[in-house]
Amino acid sequence: MLEGLKGFIDLFADPQLFFATTVVALVLIVWKREAFSSTRWGWGLMIFLTVFFAFGLTDSDFNLIITKPDNVPIVGLIFLLVFFTWFSMRQAVDNDRRAAGGQPPIEKDEEDRVWTWPDLVYTELISMVVCTVVLIVWSIGLEAPIEQPANNANTPNPSKAPWYFLGLQEMLVYFDPGLAGVVLPSLIIVGLMAIPYIDKNPKGNGYYTFNERRVEITIFLFGFVVLWSSLIVLGTFLRGPNWNFFGPFEYWDIHKLEALTNVDLSEYVWVRGFGMALPDHWFVREIFGILLTIGYVAVLPVLLARKGLTKYYEKLGPTRYYVTVILFLSMLSLPVKMLTRWAFNLKYVVAIPEFFFNI
Amino acid sequence: MADTKTIEPKAPALVRAWDWITETQIWTSIFRHAAPINDRNRVLVMLSNVFLHMHPVRLRKSGVRLRYTWCMGGISFFLFLVLTFTGLLLMFYYRPTLEYAYSDIVGLREHVPLGIMREMHRWGAHAMVITVWLHMFRVFMTGSYKPPREFNWNIGVIMLVLTLLLSFTGYLLPWDQLAIWAITVGSNMARATPFLGHEGPGASLMALGDVQLVHAADDARFALLGGTFVGEGALLRFYVLHCVALPLVIGFLMAIHFWRVRKDGGISGPL
Repeated sequence: MLEGLKGFIDLFADPQLFFATTVVALVLIVWKREAFSSTRWGWGLMIFLTVFFAFGLTDSDFNLIITKPDNVPIVGLIFLLVFFTWFSMRQAVDNDRRAAGGQPPIEKDEEDRVWTWPDLVYTELISMVVCTVVLIVWSIGLEAPIEQPANNANTPNPSKAPWYFLGLQEMLVYFDPGLAGVVLPSLIIVGLMAIPYIDKNPKGNGYYTFNERRVEITIFLFGFVVLWSSLIVLGTFLRGPNWNFFGPFEYWDIHKLEALTNVDLSEYVWVRGFGMALPDHWFVREIFGILLTIGYVAVLPVLLARKGLTKYYEKLGPTRYYVTVILFLSMLSLPVKMLTRWAFNLKYVVAIPEFFFNI
Repeated sequence: MADTKTIEPKAPALVRAWDWITETQIWTSIFRHAAPINDRNRVLVMLSNVFLHMHPVRLRKSGVRLRYTWCMGGISFFLFLVLTFTGLLLMFYYRPTLEYAYSDIVGLREHVPLGIMREMHRWGAHAMVITVWLHMFRVFMTGSYKPPREFNWNIGVIMLVLTLLLSFTGYLLPWDQLAIWAITVGSNMARATPFLGHEGPGASLMALGDVQLVHAADDARFALLGGTFVGEGALLRFYVLHCVALPLVIGFLMAIHFWRVRKDGGISGPL
């Protein structure tokens, strides 16, 4: 019975189902936010997580992963992230209800001023004391990890980046290092910095709301919670030796084999489609992938401006519209690449090893 | 009729002592006004105290509610201060060389009194990464990046990157297997930097005739590590970045960040 449950969870944690689950969860959170933001759901989620991790501690394999000192903060992150997602939605829903009843947001009612001394400085003082106590207790209770002395000749398996970069390391499964390690992270930074300039919606400034900023909040939650955070969780807890997938209750067997032959698009088209050898010149060989990529980043935004996103094109103007859509499509390139990998074992759309250019 | 003499009841000794202390020239030279128990002094304390003067005198009620701010920005700043302090203590014991780095870290646990400084530094650093994310999450959910705070959001994004870099550079310093391999994995990405990494797209185009300008011993990764692998050069570079360069930059940006919070209208709220 217990083993069956663990087996079921292992099965369910597989990257495809894991990712699908987080996407479905986000859709439900946004769609059923009225129900989601109830006190019952808040408690329910916290209790569920607590029970899940408490149950996990009883399993020797799971225990090994979550009690690894550097992984403890990520367990904390999971609780905090779930809580604050729930909490921010709750306040947004509260304010939206007020708005529906013709009332201003709750923050408007709290607009009158209070004295910084004592109201703010005491809050700050208490926060500092609480933080210090938490940090000291945490530091006494959990030793910082120190492993064997550095040895360039002995590569641990798996070799993992620091936990906050594991989302990026997970992207390496789907993208070339140039994209996963350099281009896409740079685009994340640029995209974050662009947010205030491409978001022209004047509403929802300085208070929680969902109805007045549906698209912005949904995209942000998708990027932050689903892509960034859940991939960190996946990379930390569910990736073992050789970056193979392991369920939380699974033994990290170094000999686990995952027979996977990933195929480039060029091979799909020329070898399997036309039944001929790959052309010698890289440009001819990759022409379909190149066209597809240009279509995705250059033609698709134009088409969407005419049909589908015309409303946004008119509202934002050409510059803001193109910046927004291209950034958004870059973000979506990860799930798109994931899906094509899972569905067709597609390795690269464009593969030009001649000069390290792979997409 | 004899004069009646009213005898004032004597204040308790502690109160008298306190009164005496607060009337000395030393005390009044430090604190220019009485305790902030009335409105006038509540104003004065904010204006005359260097540590408090980053606050406004009064602020929106919603701005002191944990429900609204989650306190995450303040906690991030506090953790930065804790990290600066504990980091400074660690610097007394730690030497960034291949010979000593690892044994100094082991020694910190084995024979330094109050041996939780490394723990506080490490857990504080992990916590700061999380609180910075949650702070940005809160700022997004309240739309506080919207005009007039666009620029301050940008400063914040740069500080997010610096927080991650601070954590990343510090990760190498214990010089154990965990450290060098995490940094190896992380810095291997730089190999694939377009044009500037020797395995990056377009690197082969960076050539003068037959001479390759970008190769393993001069590309972006080499600049980061001061070598072709994570070795002595990388340790020194990361140490200097971690202890001097990055904290200076992030401290500078923090000053701008807090200043701009005030100048852009204080803590955000409905217009």
